[in-house]
Amino acid sequence: MLAWTIYISFLGAAALALLPPESRRAARITALLTALAGLALALGGAAQYEAHTPAGGLVDLVNMPWITELGINFHLGADGVSVTLVLLTGIAAVAGVLFSWNIERRTREFFALYLALIAGVYGVFLSFDLFLLFVFYEIAIIPKYFLIAVWGSTRREYGAMKLALYSLAGSAMVLVGLIAAYVVSGAHSFDLVVLAKQSYPVAFQHWAFLLVFVGFAVLAGLWPFHTWAPTGHVAAPTAASMLLAGVVMKLGAYGALRVAMTLFPEGLRFWQNGIALLAVIGIVYGGSVALVQRDLKFVIGYSSVSHMGFVLLGLMTLTQIGLSGAVLQMFSHGIIAGLLFAVVGRMIYDRTHTRELSELQPMNLSVLAPFAAVTFVIAGAASMGLPGFSGFIAELQVLAGAWGVFPRLTILAGVGVVVGIAFMVRIWIKAFFAENEAKGAAVQIEPITVAEKAGAYLLLGTTVLIGLWPGLLLNLITPTLRSPLFQPLWKGGPP
Amino acid sequence: MNSFPLLSILTLIPLLGGGAALLSPTAKLARRIGLAASLLALGVAALLWAAFDPGQTGWQFAESLPWVPSPGNGYQGIEYHLGIDGLGLLLVGLSALLVPFAMLASWKIEQNAKLYFALILFLETGLFGTFTALNFFHWFIYWELGLIPAYFLIKMWGGPRRTRAANQFFIYTLAGSVAMLLGFLAIFAATGVFDFEKLAELARNGELQDKLAKLGGAFFHSKETLTWLVFAGVFLGFAVKAPLMPFHTWLPSAYAEAPTGTAMLLTGAMSKMGVYGFLRILLPLFPAQMRAMQTPLLILAVVTIVFSAAAALAQRDLKRMVAYSSINHVGYCLLGIFAVVQLSGDAAGSATDKAAALNGVMLQMFNHGLTASALFYFVGLIEERSGGLRGLDDFGGLCKAAPVFCGLMGITLFASLGLPGLNGFVSEFLIFKGTLPLAGWAAAISTLGLLITAIFLLTILQRVFNGPLQNRWAGWKDLTKGEKLTLAPVIALIFVLGICPQILISVANPAALAMLKLF
Repeated sequence: MLAWTIYISFLGAAALALLPPESRRAARITALLTALAGLALALGGAAQYEAHTPAGGLVDLVNMPWITELGINFHLGADGVSVTLVLLTGIAAVAGVLFSWNIERRTREFFALYLALIAGVYGVFLSFDLFLLFVFYEIAIIPKYFLIAVWGSTRREYGAMKLALYSLAGSAMVLVGLIAAYVVSGAHSFDLVVLAKQSYPVAFQHWAFLLVFVGFAVLAGLWPFHTWAPTGHVAAPTAASMLLAGVVMKLGAYGALRVAMTLFPEGLRFWQNGIALLAVIGIVYGGSVALVQRDLKFVIGYSSVSHMGFVLLGLMTLTQIGLSGAVLQMFSHGIIAGLLFAVVGRMIYDRTHTRELSELQPMNLSVLAPFAAVTFVIAGAASMGLPGFSGFIAELQVLAGAWGVFPRLTILAGVGVVVGIAFMVRIWIKAFFAENEAKGAAVQIEPITVAEKAGAYLLLGTTVLIGLWPGLLLNLITPTLRSPLFQPLWKGGPP
Repeated sequence: MNSFPLLSILTLIPLLGGGAALLSPTAKLARRIGLAASLLALGVAALLWAAFDPGQTGWQFAESLPWVPSPGNGYQGIEYHLGIDGLGLLLVGLSALLVPFAMLASWKIEQNAKLYFALILFLETGLFGTFTALNFFHWFIYWELGLIPAYFLIKMWGGPRRTRAANQFFIYTLAGSVAMLLGFLAIFAATGVFDFEKLAELARNGELQDKLAKLGGAFFHSKETLTWLVFAGVFLGFAVKAPLMPFHTWLPSAYAEAPTGTAMLLTGAMSKMGVYGFLRILLPLFPAQMRAMQTPLLILAVVTIVFSAAAALAQRDLKRMVAYSSINHVGYCLLGIFAVVQLSGDAAGSATDKAAALNGVMLQMFNHGLTASALFYFVGLIEERSGGLRGLDDFGGLCKAAPVFCGLMGITLFASLGLPGLNGFVSEFLIFKGTLPLAGWAAAISTLGLLITAIFLLTILQRVFNGPLQNRWAGWKDLTKGEKLTLAPVIALIFVLGICPQILISVANPAALAMLKLF
């Protein structure tokens, strides 16, 4: 069932390409139905996976030869980690369509590219052949470029080009590393399961890990390779920034975990402390920079760098609790960042045509657009990591794992949490609850549409649901982390 | 293990009531829903009080359900674990009592009334949850749940400098919370346990210290370093909330800018969250650290008591005076707590002193909650009648124009300064009775605080109610019927608890004795 998430998204994209160009309504509805079908398949697949695989671990969906000469298979599979991220993709895809309902220019092409991107993302999360994974990875990057370059706003060509260059440089590093692994292993296979069973010389692992990990982590916003993220987020149209922060950054983190960490555990242990340090720098730096931004979208953009730092820190703890927190944080940040970008990009920018805090301040948005204000306050509370929301349980696990490995960095990350609270409060005050007498009443903006409300409820509901019942996802993630594919991470058994 | 989930129901009532208030079509209905929900909660709390068996040790009305699965090897799953002892019951009762009082005090709020009453109810859920939860995971949810409504209550309905006050309040408290969270995560990393009961058990048999030392020993030169860091983090969370000087700077402006009803809850119930944390968490988990730090802690408590009283004396704004006096009164609680940590040769006498001090602390929490919120109510009434004035020197001779007003506020002021026969006396007496033999110097200096408190409270009485009546206040309205009805239960309790403190002591004493066995 899960494999169909990929196919149906491609089918949707193809169907859109066949529609007459002027039929905007039909394009929107097709995109929404496709995204909903993807979400339904993801939910069904997740339920099926959980019912049949209580012990976690890999379940093959499709595994057939593709390019036999090179040992490349069309190998799709799922384990608890990928199911979690497929669920995230499904939810983010539906919300993204709902928040792009107002796209009037070249609607058909927009949604076709959008669905192609979604298909690529599903593909990455379900691929267990590295070549295939790489193909899907590229499929996700190309539409991204066009979405930003054509439908974007502030400095869109620059943002799109920077994103594309960073991603391509990263994927070149990944590709070199993968081919090297293919050659060194001598197994004549790109299959992840096969490759994971091989042993690689330690010296080789040292540089191969670094190459592949950093190649992927560029997309996850690893400091100091994060600079594409804020500019890209700002330039992108709303749905694209939602997907960029919500899902595409997770591709990087997922690749780093799935490929770099499990294939080269010795290299991982060698670089563990260094990368953890970079992750914590990212947490504190991203938060501090967000604290002084004047453009609302830059604040959210930098906050993403900060929150993705928790994912990378969790990965580097090499403890089950830390990794489980990292995966949960990927999910949680995807939902919360998506929501924040939706409020800022769609609910506010599309109506006020400004994102400058100084210009938003006199508008009194809490009076002008109360729904947007309330949504942003709740999303902001979730982003701070307040308990009751999904981010809390994720950061809790990451930090609990980190205490046992890097206590000093943990304290520093705690400082990052406080900075995260501070910049969010600053936005609440400046953008939404500024004090000025009725000046805002002079400006009129269109009311929030039903589609936006539906999208907001979907994302808010998800973060609260997972915040209160984290078991829903932890039951998927935790057993899988004990499965054979992740065994190389636990030296001498799980800690 | 599971009894009828009365505590869960109690916690849920305000949450649902708040939702209903938000959805109600008119502000008028929202007010009524709000009051009804809080009265219903008060009813349930009264039921708890009636069904509570003081003779029984351990948790009562306990509930325990598996919630979050174990996140990895060595970590326990998280349980939804509730229960109360005497301390929890006192504070649940206090919160349930104060919320309807605060609602009546806010009855005239027109702007966004639905949201206002909903936020007050959400805050109440946070309070109930904090005082009943026994697992850090959901205890912390409630701990923070109280904060967000309080932030918006100050931010949206506060006085002229509300934004700054609300931000300062929020950032200070959250920074304290993050420090505490980090501390608890280290505890979780070391032991895999979040349950307060189990953690207290681990602390008692020394395992908690050992495991923290083991976790930290690998990274720090001294094995103790991590334990101290964790202690400091958790301590900071409570010290900011209570507050203990020098972590109090957010408080005067937050209280002064908050609307009356909110200020009543902030001082009456939320400040008790910090004291509760000291008693329920810090004392059982880190008795050795508390003991080692006893002298500095006592100094901080004394400084809190004396300086806040002096600061109150220096104020010219009634609300700020009451705010500083609030810090002062909570300071006595902290003094009592810090005094009992010492190891005292196991003399039979010292056990009695410790029990007296702890009883005093618990009573003081309840009594101060009652008195301080009543004082904020009176200041709110003065502000409302004078059109926003609340300076000490703006008034005079009001006694002639409004004798009932003057009489009732006078009673409350005397209760606050600890006049025998009124409620405040018993608790302060018990604290000093216990503290003097345990930490004589601290108690002795703290009596200065009592003295200064008496001075500034009497100054209020004199400046506002005595002297010549200014012409502009000649038409000062005495208490209306509604205001009298609102105050009647509180004034009655001030007398009843002053004359029959056994009502509270019978609940507090078993809890105090059980607590003393923990460390």
